[in-house]
Amino acid sequence: MKRIDHAEASSKFIKAKDHIDFHDKRLWDLRQKRDRESESLPEWQELRTLASQIKEHTLTHLAGYLEEFERNAQKNGAIVHWARDAAEHNQLVFDLLHTRGARMLVKAKSMLTEECEMREFLGPRGIEVIETDLGERIQQLDNEPPSHIVVPAVHKLRTDVAAVFARTLGTDPANSDVHYLAESQRQTTRPHFLAAEAGMIGANFAVAETGTVVVCTNEGNADLSMNLPSLQIASIGIEKMIPRIEHLGVFIRMLSRNALGSPITQITSHFRAPRPGTEMHIILVDNGRSERLGMADFWYSLKCIRCGACMNTCPVYRRSGGLSYGATYSGPIGVIIDPTFNLRKYAALPFASTLNGSCSNVCPVRINIHEQIYKWRQVISERGQLPMVKKNGMKLAGRILASPRLYRAAIGAAGTGIEYLPNFMMYNRMNAWGKQREVPVTPPTTFRQWYLANRGKKGKKK
Amino acid sequence: MSSRNEILARVRANQPSPLPLPPVPLFDAGRPASLAAFKASLTRMGGKFAEAPADGDLDALVRHLFPDAKVVCSATPEVAGNRALAEAGRPAELDDVDVGVVRAVFGVAETGSVWLSEAQFGINALGFLSQHLVVLLDPARIVVNLHHAYHDRGFHDARYAVLMTGPSATADIEGILIHGAQGIRSLTVVAVPVPPAAQENGVRSNYPENGVRSG
Repeated sequence: MKRIDHAEASSKFIKAKDHIDFHDKRLWDLRQKRDRESESLPEWQELRTLASQIKEHTLTHLAGYLEEFERNAQKNGAIVHWARDAAEHNQLVFDLLHTRGARMLVKAKSMLTEECEMREFLGPRGIEVIETDLGERIQQLDNEPPSHIVVPAVHKLRTDVAAVFARTLGTDPANSDVHYLAESQRQTTRPHFLAAEAGMIGANFAVAETGTVVVCTNEGNADLSMNLPSLQIASIGIEKMIPRIEHLGVFIRMLSRNALGSPITQITSHFRAPRPGTEMHIILVDNGRSERLGMADFWYSLKCIRCGACMNTCPVYRRSGGLSYGATYSGPIGVIIDPTFNLRKYAALPFASTLNGSCSNVCPVRINIHEQIYKWRQVISERGQLPMVKKNGMKLAGRILASPRLYRAAIGAAGTGIEYLPNFMMYNRMNAWGKQREVPVTPPTTFRQWYLANRGKKGKKK
Repeated sequence: MSSRNEILARVRANQPSPLPLPPVPLFDAGRPASLAAFKASLTRMGGKFAEAPADGDLDALVRHLFPDAKVVCSATPEVAGNRALAEAGRPAELDDVDVGVVRAVFGVAETGSVWLSEAQFGINALGFLSQHLVVLLDPARIVVNLHHAYHDRGFHDARYAVLMTGPSATADIEGILIHGAQGIRSLTVVAVPVPPAAQENGVRSNYPENGVRSG
């Protein structure tokens, strides 16, 4: 297993100037829309507190709510399955499809199935999986994972999409008109909706009180995936539980406002029971979540409702792109989730942050994301998982900063120039942070030089 | 041990100390449940609004709104259309519908959403395979916000319930807004009171009974 080198992976994206400029602008635009929309609700901060409290209550009573959900879903006529991990989930899905002779699965976007690498499992076993969300379809056709949990192809420009569609859907490679591209996907996806024997959704929320699976989309593709085929499957991470229907009021009011800056998604769907004469299966997936629940510092990340606002606001994410994280979940939320899957592989990710705290400030469920990032750094350091360059750099910096004598020597009290420390700290080959940045112009004298000149050794004003 | 019991045992062992469940207010003080507020929200979300025809001829209104429509399929007896919903054997057979017509149970002023379930669609796919959707809404049946909406008993009774807010849309390519991503290209709400006869027949049997209805 290869460690993810976020800095190295992002360098390619950073070189494509058109892409990174647009990426940065588009995501910041989402952040600003989110600000306008949230500020229009006087109760916004109260809603954040409620959302956080409801999630914390649910997670601290999760076993009971899972049982209640299962009971009610069964009462509704759905069949409930449980999967310990990705492998068990994928096998369950395959068995459901295979035993019914289903060859095609139309599905809505689900980060859980990305996490389980379900398409990669089903494909070679003769099941054609059709992603039906436009962004997710673009990524599927380009053999790339989604780069953002809400807008999967946000790192691509229209010309990239035109190239992918020309190659895979037979569209005109010279036509990158966005309406043409979206219409092409609609026209080529519709026959799959009509033909598929099975449909699949993820879940934004699962309501224990009623056994309802709630999905928020703008395209209506979840509803087409579930309302046409005779076999319907919903895959749900166990942390998606909420106690009662009335709690949806809090979460649905916040989700799209925080994600995209719109008051609600165009279509908010509630699947409680199968259509008469059809089958509805629900798979409750653990895949590391129950273990995370036991991590004193890190269980709060399970509150996440996957709005993506922390990604949109993060300066590192906006300027490095989701794919550079090399994991299902990218951006600030990814940085605190990914190490729970594999500490060694994702040891570099908690360092892809400035710790500015903006992620925590925009989080609709008040996850202390930046504090968790800092804590992950400590864990990684304690467990000896610091990448070599960081370790050596930190050691050297630590020695210099701990000794006034060495520090003064380093910053050039001997007259070699104050730039020495920043240069040494910032522009060595080992520090990715210095690569695309200029340090501010430094003043002509150090503070110590000024102090000695103006206050003297004893600290009295001259 | 089964996966189920293993997962539940691990969750139970790892659950942090219990934290309380807060009560959720309705956040409705000073907020209108008016048709005007609903219209403003609907328009913002890309939905259209049409006044009820003075002569009450809804079929004529649909023809006027969609002069090129060949197939009009209505799930409400208030509009005849030219394709009987009952003729469709499988949901996929609704693929050629140009205009679907349904009656919503209620609307939400905060967002411009309409509430629909299998009882209103007849066949759920009508709301997604149709190219355009016309939704009849009783202006007296508008609730203030989503908190009120989620107190509706319909969520407990319906197999499938949906809050539709304007047309199907996407902005997945460069943030350019497209109406008609996978589902309906347009959604038009027509403000028409529920006919008295239908009210007696319990068209709205699952309307909020707990007094949260306003407007």
